[in-house]
Amino acid sequence: MSVQKSLTPTFVPGALPHGTGALPRLWSGKAWAFLGAAALVLLVVVPVCNLLVPKDSVFHVSDYTVTLIGKIMCYAIVALAMDLIWGYTGILSLGHGLFFALGGYAMGMYLMRSIGRDGVYKSDLPDFMVFLDWKTYPWYWSFTDNFWYCALLVVLVPGVLAFVFGFFAFRSRIKGVYFSIITQALTYAFMLLFFRNDTGFGGNNGFTDFKRILGFPIAAPETRVAMFMVTGAALLGFLCLGRAIVQSKLGRVLTAIRDAETRVMFSGYNPVYFKLFIWTLSAVICGVAGALYVPQVGIINPSEMSPANSIEIAIWTAVGGRGTLIGPVIGAAAVNLGKSWFTQALPEYWLFALGLLFILVTLYLPRGIAGLWIKKRS
Amino acid sequence: MVRDLAFGDSEVRSKAIGALVTSADPAVVSLLQAMIEGEVQTAGDRQVLIVRDDKAVDAATGQAVDPLPETREDVVVNNRMRRELATAIASFKLSSPDRAVRLAAARELQNNADEDALPAIAAALAKESDPEIKGLLTLTHASVQLGSTDRATRLAAVRALAQSDTGATKTLLLGVLAKKDGKFVETDDEIRVEAERSLSAVEGRLLKGDIAARVFSGISLGTILLLAALGLAITYGLMGVINMAHGELIMVGAYATYVVQNLFRQYLPGAFDWYLLFAIPMAFLVSGLVGVVLERTVIRHLYGRPLETLLATWGLSLILIQAMRTIFGAQNVQVENPVWMSGGVEIMTNVVLPWSRIIIVAFAGGVLLLVWGLLTRTRLGLFVRAVTQNRQMASALGVRTPKIDMLAFGLGSGIAGLAGCALSQIGNVGPDLGQSYIVDSFMVVVLGGVGQLAGTVYAALGLGIANKFLEAWQGAVLAKIAVLVFIIIFIQKRPQGLFALKGRQVEA
Repeated sequence: MSVQKSLTPTFVPGALPHGTGALPRLWSGKAWAFLGAAALVLLVVVPVCNLLVPKDSVFHVSDYTVTLIGKIMCYAIVALAMDLIWGYTGILSLGHGLFFALGGYAMGMYLMRSIGRDGVYKSDLPDFMVFLDWKTYPWYWSFTDNFWYCALLVVLVPGVLAFVFGFFAFRSRIKGVYFSIITQALTYAFMLLFFRNDTGFGGNNGFTDFKRILGFPIAAPETRVAMFMVTGAALLGFLCLGRAIVQSKLGRVLTAIRDAETRVMFSGYNPVYFKLFIWTLSAVICGVAGALYVPQVGIINPSEMSPANSIEIAIWTAVGGRGTLIGPVIGAAAVNLGKSWFTQALPEYWLFALGLLFILVTLYLPRGIAGLWIKKRS
Repeated sequence: MVRDLAFGDSEVRSKAIGALVTSADPAVVSLLQAMIEGEVQTAGDRQVLIVRDDKAVDAATGQAVDPLPETREDVVVNNRMRRELATAIASFKLSSPDRAVRLAAARELQNNADEDALPAIAAALAKESDPEIKGLLTLTHASVQLGSTDRATRLAAVRALAQSDTGATKTLLLGVLAKKDGKFVETDDEIRVEAERSLSAVEGRLLKGDIAARVFSGISLGTILLLAALGLAITYGLMGVINMAHGELIMVGAYATYVVQNLFRQYLPGAFDWYLLFAIPMAFLVSGLVGVVLERTVIRHLYGRPLETLLATWGLSLILIQAMRTIFGAQNVQVENPVWMSGGVEIMTNVVLPWSRIIIVAFAGGVLLLVWGLLTRTRLGLFVRAVTQNRQMASALGVRTPKIDMLAFGLGSGIAGLAGCALSQIGNVGPDLGQSYIVDSFMVVVLGGVGQLAGTVYAALGLGIANKFLEAWQGAVLAKIAVLVFIIIFIQKRPQGLFALKGRQVEA
């Protein structure tokens, strides 16, 4: 197998200029302009068109559209995280849905606490705990009524889990499909765990029926638009962060690990820590995306952790184009818009379309949509 | 006698019931039944009538009485009588030639027998040959004796219970040892000591039976995992690609079995019991063919890109699932067991091994033997092993590796089809069938390592048995999680699995 790998044509997306000691600028002028335009649309145009433009105007953006775009932006952040670990470092994770869901659950705990006594049973405890006849919160629910503590959990829980798991996996040099398979087993195990009622996270139904966030009613248009803007800002921020990483020396080592890990080792680098860093960061970004996703969609349940969901994340990234950062964002948007359209118009055929997408992209479009564009330019 | 029953006081009535039971006249049952239901009335001071829907029958003669006498009195049946009547009816029924009737009667007795029924139960026990009924009766006999006021009877009962090996016996003996308000229910020390001894004997046997049952269900699960993982181990070992559509190939095999079953039902109903013999090769061929097509059209073009293969085969699996939904519907389909696979053998009381599971264990053994023979005794097997160990060298020595890839992939897929055929006999057949086995079969391959069948076999059986024992201890979900966590930790230590081919490789 080792020899086969070296026979593979390796492509170097986002190749950096060689020979110059200095690192290139973060973005080119054109890219800055594009980012500025995106920021304008997400942070000004959409909110204004949703809140201030009257409903019967052609420029009105409906609540449905706001929620849909908000949701897709969360997915785009996940795809971005996936690109850092898969596209740049060559590690295919089939467990990123887990980190996304864990971030979502951490935020969900806060949202459940802030329902207060407005639940069906008018109890201090969430309805599902009343249903289980629990009298007090289990220990791991302590302090979750504090928003900032939960925000910390959003980062810490996926981060620590990824760090510990990654430390052991990378140290034992588990790589390639083996790594993919055990990440899949990991998310599968967590899914089973969260499906249990006794785990204390609502079992099958997960968390839903949220009422308010930070004191604001969660269904109010203003709250929705605020969450939309936060998500948009997060997406653009993570895009810049990702770009800064892949442009740095660190990013170059990561790309080198992807293309020839053995050679990196022989050059005196220890790949373990580089991989561990990007893996943990990627998990944390996923957690944040999950936390942004839950209040907008209004539900989190263990099916987010199903292996199928995590594999779908990989296809968003592949469709957009690995190793391009902007590609996965486009890919996540394209696939999910397609999904929204199909599940309404031709629900029978969505799996056919998704399956074909997996096959065709891997066979004929290994560099994704972004690859097409790069090819056209060169 | 009938008149005693209707007119006498309760002592006389009891005796009358006892006498009637021994008379072996079928009419007695209906009379006793009528008494329980309150349908027996007296007219004057001689006539006993069974009145039902305003029609009366003379209980003594069986003649219809028409017209109904004007003055009638209900025969009052108190609770004690009612119990005695029920017992009497049950013990009467115990001598019925119909097994179902006897079984129902034994169950009835278990709930409300008293000491009066002991002789009847003992008599029935002597004649009874059916193990289930016999077990019930023995238990009832002992539990009635335990309630006796006679110390010797109780002691004998406790001793007799030591021979039994059912869970109910344990409950009975625990009852003897129970405490109420700080005092023992059973005041006699010797009986309690005996009960302790009997209890430990029974518990020992129950535990043995329990362990035997768990080992068997573990082996049964293990062989299913083995069947599911065997094909995967071949394709993964050979080509280093993870075939995510493997589970769906299992599903295709199960649907092939379903189609064969339907064809037999429609065209050869006489030979329906033997449809499986035809379904086995069909499942192998259909899944194998699908596998070959997948290899030629998709996987072939992705060699050397294992991660992409993983994604592409996942796409294939989605398409196969949706295709089955479109063709056969989203609901599960019914696959019937042939008659010779239903039922089971009882190796101990409470431990019944279903034939379907036993046959699948044997079937998996047969498949394993065939695959082993194919890999070690044939030219194709030699080539497959050569390509698995060193593709370049094999190719350089003239092995046509693309052809070997195709055939081996077809073989692996065909084995998946066989797994599907076996699964259709014990579980539901639906489009999602494969999804539930895919993670498990990967775990088997990861644990067992590739390139050697032995690893797969040990890993499958080990996982199966471990899973069943953990399940008894912590429940099914936690057991599964524990196994997954164990595997994740395990491959930290041995990333190549239990049995790895040794070779000089920087990276594998």
